[in-house]
Amino acid sequence: MSSSQIDVRNRGFIDTDNTGDTPGRRATLVLNMHRFHDVTQQVCRIAEAKRAPVAWYVAFAISLAMVSMLGFCVLYLFFTGVGVWGLNNPVMWAFDITNFVFWVGIGHAGTLISAILFLFRQKWRTGINRFAEAMTIFAVICAGLFPGIHVGRVWLVYWLFPIPNQMELWPQFRSPLLWDVFAVSTYFTVSAVFWYVGMIPDLATLRDRAKGRIQQMAYGLFSLGWRGSMRHWHRYEVAYLLLAALATPLVLSVHSVVSFDFAVSQLPGWHTTIFPPYFVAGAIFSGFAMVVTLAVPARELFGLKDLITLRHLDNMNKIILVTGCMVGYAYSMEFFIAWYSGALYEKFAFMNRAFGQYWWAYLIMVSCNVITPQLFWFKRMRTSIPIMFVLSLVVNIGMWFERYVIIVSSLANDFLPTSWGGFIPTWVDICTMTGAFGLFGVCFLLFCRYLPMVALAEIKAIMPEADPHREHPQ
Amino acid sequence: MSRFLFPRWIDSLVPVLAIAGAVVPLYAVFIVAYGFSPKSLEKGYQPIQPVPFSHARHAGELGLDCRYCHSTVERSWFAAVPSTQVCMNCHTQIRKGSPLLAPVKSSYESGMPIEWIKVHKLPDYAYFDHSAHVNRGVSCVECHGRVDQMAVVTRVKPLSMGWCLECHRDPIDRLRPVSKITTLSWDQNTQMTREEREGIARLYHITPSENCSTCHR
Repeated sequence: MSSSQIDVRNRGFIDTDNTGDTPGRRATLVLNMHRFHDVTQQVCRIAEAKRAPVAWYVAFAISLAMVSMLGFCVLYLFFTGVGVWGLNNPVMWAFDITNFVFWVGIGHAGTLISAILFLFRQKWRTGINRFAEAMTIFAVICAGLFPGIHVGRVWLVYWLFPIPNQMELWPQFRSPLLWDVFAVSTYFTVSAVFWYVGMIPDLATLRDRAKGRIQQMAYGLFSLGWRGSMRHWHRYEVAYLLLAALATPLVLSVHSVVSFDFAVSQLPGWHTTIFPPYFVAGAIFSGFAMVVTLAVPARELFGLKDLITLRHLDNMNKIILVTGCMVGYAYSMEFFIAWYSGALYEKFAFMNRAFGQYWWAYLIMVSCNVITPQLFWFKRMRTSIPIMFVLSLVVNIGMWFERYVIIVSSLANDFLPTSWGGFIPTWVDICTMTGAFGLFGVCFLLFCRYLPMVALAEIKAIMPEADPHREHPQ
Repeated sequence: MSRFLFPRWIDSLVPVLAIAGAVVPLYAVFIVAYGFSPKSLEKGYQPIQPVPFSHARHAGELGLDCRYCHSTVERSWFAAVPSTQVCMNCHTQIRKGSPLLAPVKSSYESGMPIEWIKVHKLPDYAYFDHSAHVNRGVSCVECHGRVDQMAVVTRVKPLSMGWCLECHRDPIDRLRPVSKITTLSWDQNTQMTREEREGIARLYHITPSENCSTCHR
């Protein structure tokens, strides 16, 4: 051990708990470690291990089985037609679009963490940004699946894009469904680029540590010849900042555009101006819940508790509480406006939502999204692993039902009582929805196993040891 | 710790990748725009028919009117393909022994129709009415070309939706007096002024619809 390392070790505290706030001293975000090399070691050993934890194999097998089920359902749909779903007239959107909005919403936490928290210099983001971004990308893949397969004649799905064709027909540029195509594809592209660019230095670390030729080639290919020179770092920082700035408006724009799919139409229950901000808050709400759902087992399984600390989880739970309250506010404001507008159909749509045939779904939505997250007012709840895990699952369920309630209850009972109907999912609906979770699981598990799950290079920069003036606070 | 790096020449692939990244999407668009179009897939379709019937001989040299055989064209959406009996109106007298007419003769005797192969075929979801067009100044030649010069009928126009729409958006140049409808050699663009053609449009109340349900009913 060199003398400088001893020197570093003897300075400062070794923190084991960072959930408290000491005045005048910033909480440590990396626990039980003082050397940069320890961080590298902790993260890289996951990808370098010969075998993954048993739980990983179990989860991967289950996910893979679910993906095969998804593949079967999708093929069955293609060969038979969308009639295999429970869709009908008047409910011509149900599980498909519910799942689409659910998955797009999940993605938003990743972008918020990676872009907005970066621009606001929230240092705790570095512990979770890498896998939150990965979650974003895989969630958007799952989201993109549903509009792609719900079009009926899937071999004509390229009609979604404005490509010159023999019919001399263009998509309807005034339709929010087309804006959606652009919003989601832009979102996917920017998120994927942002994720990848941020990962280049860490991939180079894995390349340099790799023992086998195949690993060296694979990590080498994707690290684009990164050597960590000053010039590399300079350009990397500039590119990262620019990408963060590019991604920031997407946090707001993408789910606003998704909400236009409903708000721009004339249906009571959809046609409301509160939708864009309400959807964005809901998206961040559900996204953070998903990050917590994934972070809790991942840090346990791969031994990352010192990097993804209780303080990180505590912070995320606070965001869940805030956005949950916003969503609750939106629910009540919808009711207020429905009453205040004096519009008969508007009033009916909301009374029907809460007390009509889908009262049970509405009840699940409100209790999961508004009532149970209130537990997070208490610090003991925010820092209890079992409670936050259960609550995050509850929020995920609640947010799925929110989209279900909005879509199905509005369509089922619209202006004309003679055209009222209902929706009953078929087994294909349910298996497709479940299968999408499998697709997400496979992608995410592969990511955990083979890619750096925590942003190595960035997290080192927020350790106290990275700041030479830390003993002279201003 | 030995650092693994790819050899330096790998960098020369970067421009190739950049060009490929730019060209591949453009190529995909090109494929959709031209490769999927009937201009590429359908134009020039020239099947071998069961009888070597020459439109050039009958409609061109002999000057038979289109409507002698395709008799329903003015009254129906469908321009009838003539039955064997129509052929035999003449061929009981003319060239009775020609081996080329053997399938016609056997069809006449057995009562089984000749299985002509349709050249100008529209998809089932597209509705087209011949009578609506030929009674209002759109000549056969606009869609079928100079059939009176074809020994074997060939599809010369793409019959794509965009091609239909071009005329529906601006029909003036394709209009002629109904009396000239089957005179395929007659060209309204040299024989008439645009003002005269506009007069025809007014005369026949030509206001073509571009509504989806006009053709997709």
